[in-house]
Amino acid sequence: MNTSIPVTHPRLELRGITKIYPSVIANENVDLIVRPGEIHAVLGENGAGKSTLMKIIYGVTKPDAGEMLWENREVTIESPAAARRMGIGMVFQHFSLFETLTVAENISLALDTAIPPAELAKRISEVSMEYGLPVDPHRLVHSMSVGERQRVEIVRCLLNDPRLLIMDEPTSVLTPQAVLKLFDTLRRLASEGCSILYISHKLDEIQALCDSATILRSGRVTGTTSPKQETRESLAQMMIGRELPECQMDASTPGETRLLINHLSLSTIDPFGTTLKDINLEVRGGEMVGIAGISGNGQKELLAALSGEQPAMQDDVTQICGVAAGKLNPAQRRKLGLRFVPEERLGRGAVPALSLALNAMLTNNDSSMVRHGLISYQAVRSFARDVIDKFNVKCGGDKALAGSLSGGNLQKFIVGREIMLAPKVMIVAQPTWGVDVGAAQLIRQALIELRNQGVAVLVVSEELEELFMICDRIAVIADGRLSPAVPTAQTSVEQIGLWMSGEFKHDAESSQNESEVAHA
Amino acid sequence: MNTAQFIPIFASVVAAATPLAYAAFGELVTERAGILNLGVEGMMLVGAIAGFAVASQTGSLSLGFAAAILAGILLSLIFAVLTLTLQTNQVATGLALTLFGVGLSAFVGRSYVGMSLNGLPKLDIPVLGDIPFVGPLLFHFDIVVYGSLALLFALQWFFGRSYWGLVVRAIGESPASAHAIGYPVIRIRYLSILFGGAMSGLAGAYLSLAITPMWVEGMTAGRGWIALALVVFATWKPMRVLLGAYLFGGVTILQFYGQGMGVHVPSEILSMLPYVVTIFVLVLISRNPKTILLNQPMSLGQSFYPHS
Repeated sequence: MNTSIPVTHPRLELRGITKIYPSVIANENVDLIVRPGEIHAVLGENGAGKSTLMKIIYGVTKPDAGEMLWENREVTIESPAAARRMGIGMVFQHFSLFETLTVAENISLALDTAIPPAELAKRISEVSMEYGLPVDPHRLVHSMSVGERQRVEIVRCLLNDPRLLIMDEPTSVLTPQAVLKLFDTLRRLASEGCSILYISHKLDEIQALCDSATILRSGRVTGTTSPKQETRESLAQMMIGRELPECQMDASTPGETRLLINHLSLSTIDPFGTTLKDINLEVRGGEMVGIAGISGNGQKELLAALSGEQPAMQDDVTQICGVAAGKLNPAQRRKLGLRFVPEERLGRGAVPALSLALNAMLTNNDSSMVRHGLISYQAVRSFARDVIDKFNVKCGGDKALAGSLSGGNLQKFIVGREIMLAPKVMIVAQPTWGVDVGAAQLIRQALIELRNQGVAVLVVSEELEELFMICDRIAVIADGRLSPAVPTAQTSVEQIGLWMSGEFKHDAESSQNESEVAHA
Repeated sequence: MNTAQFIPIFASVVAAATPLAYAAFGELVTERAGILNLGVEGMMLVGAIAGFAVASQTGSLSLGFAAAILAGILLSLIFAVLTLTLQTNQVATGLALTLFGVGLSAFVGRSYVGMSLNGLPKLDIPVLGDIPFVGPLLFHFDIVVYGSLALLFALQWFFGRSYWGLVVRAIGESPASAHAIGYPVIRIRYLSILFGGAMSGLAGAYLSLAITPMWVEGMTAGRGWIALALVVFATWKPMRVLLGAYLFGGVTILQFYGQGMGVHVPSEILSMLPYVVTIFVLVLISRNPKTILLNQPMSLGQSFYPHS
């Protein structure tokens, strides 16, 4: 692609990049070298400063100190447009697409030269065919799956002929099969001379794909290495400072049915939403069932239907501990023993501007905390302190505002609060999303203990690895339909991956029989 | 009804609809960029008095309209600085702007009460204007009326075809994404607010320089609020905005005739009619939640500040 530039020069070099935010040092003295045609990993936990570093390279954020060299010339990148003109493209983790516009309109917004619509559509089709990323230029983005949207983002970058492509956590929205395809595309780009910066916290992917890696921890570089020559353990050591924790889980015997979803169908008026189609699931006491799937396939709608935020038209589509609960609201369902941890911590799981103590009270319908309509602060605060102690929540005491806690600590508090309320059925959405490894481990172990105590636990997660670690059975949600739940021991990442793209209708019959046999 | 009666009725319908159309078109552009400016009523009033004052001092209607546009821009600039640069709440700031505009126009307008001047002349279009019936019906309006139709097509082209129209829509949907791919969100939001101000000022001046060429305190009589409602109920589509404006104008004129003919309904009820009918019809034609969700600027009314 760029034969004029000697190979010895790095394409991009960062020297001593530092970025300080009021409350946190995001990057401290970071050095990074990316060579032409190299796939370079930036590995680190949530909050290690990876995203800030990439925003600096892409011109979204300006560093407080340090210098940047692009093809051996010192540069300051003023804006994303300037970065694109230099040949830097970026695929964002949270996509930067506009949902009510078409693919072609979205792409034209990120091009620096205006191309007539007809020609643009043609070029989109050409590039997408050439790199195996099929997209229809005339479709509206809101009707597309997350995987398709990522293809649009990549095609959008490719049309600018990038010499450095930044991929920020690209595989969190893909099925395992789609990940392999993405890797093929990236290898092909690299072989043509394009450098790739690959941001991730997934060790396996980095070992499979990347030529070299820079590892960040708390904003500092803790190592630069060739990941193929490292072990998982040594990479983890550099990333989190110790070994990867493992969960302890023994076999259990499920008891009676606690949560039953019976032919649940629910249509949505939201053009960006998913209609639920004939969902069936049974979760027994002492059993942990996981629902895998790529986000946007009906998880949000299913969770709202189960928590009671979106009640159904018929009463018998949901049963909690044997009671028909389809039409009940969230408070009524809580009285039946259902506890719910939503995906959004701030705003749904907790009120950011209230103290932890008051947040602890919000989901508690126990009469000891409210007497004659007045809050008993003593009871509320002692309950909050119990949660803080038991679940090792790092905070400034029970009077600290929920909004002041880090994601991991707030999640420990919310999960802990619900567990302390002695659930009969526990539903958890994305239990460890955006949570550091240590807190994730504690939350998973707490859920396992809950299951060991005989509680029915339902976990909805996009992290397949997590579901395989903690679930007794796994089901997959795709396009608003739910696959049968198969015992974890009898399935594989490949099979669940296939189901994630909606291909369980053919083998549904046989698997249904299998799981029934397993139950009997 | 014979043609001799129909033509003046139609002419007054168009006249009543035109200021509404301008104000609503301006607000439509502002809202498409994700900004809710509730100050339309205030900007119209300030435009009306600025236009009237300058026109009566200089004797030039063109200068009057120019002054009205400038006054609208200045008032909306206050709103833009407050909401975009200082990050104030858009709803509260817009309401304050209307209150400010009402007071300011009344204060400035005290010495102009009771004065009158010659209103905006109708165009005399050769050939076309001479066609029987059609000529007086369609080709005998003032230039501002034809301007509103030109503005309709310009807006349809701008949002449907042009690159910068696409950018404005993108910013209204997700300012964060637009910022991330490198668009000057704040600058474009400034421009769209100023355009809204200019159109509101022009709309106000059409009231005080063309429809009834005089200054009366509070002469907009809630038209700014109707313009705001039109934009929402027309689901941010220029053509529907114009239809709504004509509907409002039509019912306004009809109820005048009703009052004149001595219909036995209290006149207050008749005066309410245009507001009620316009909102009722627009709600009826755009009650599909999908249409609303797909056309509504998703960031409408929310503050955005680019972090660097």
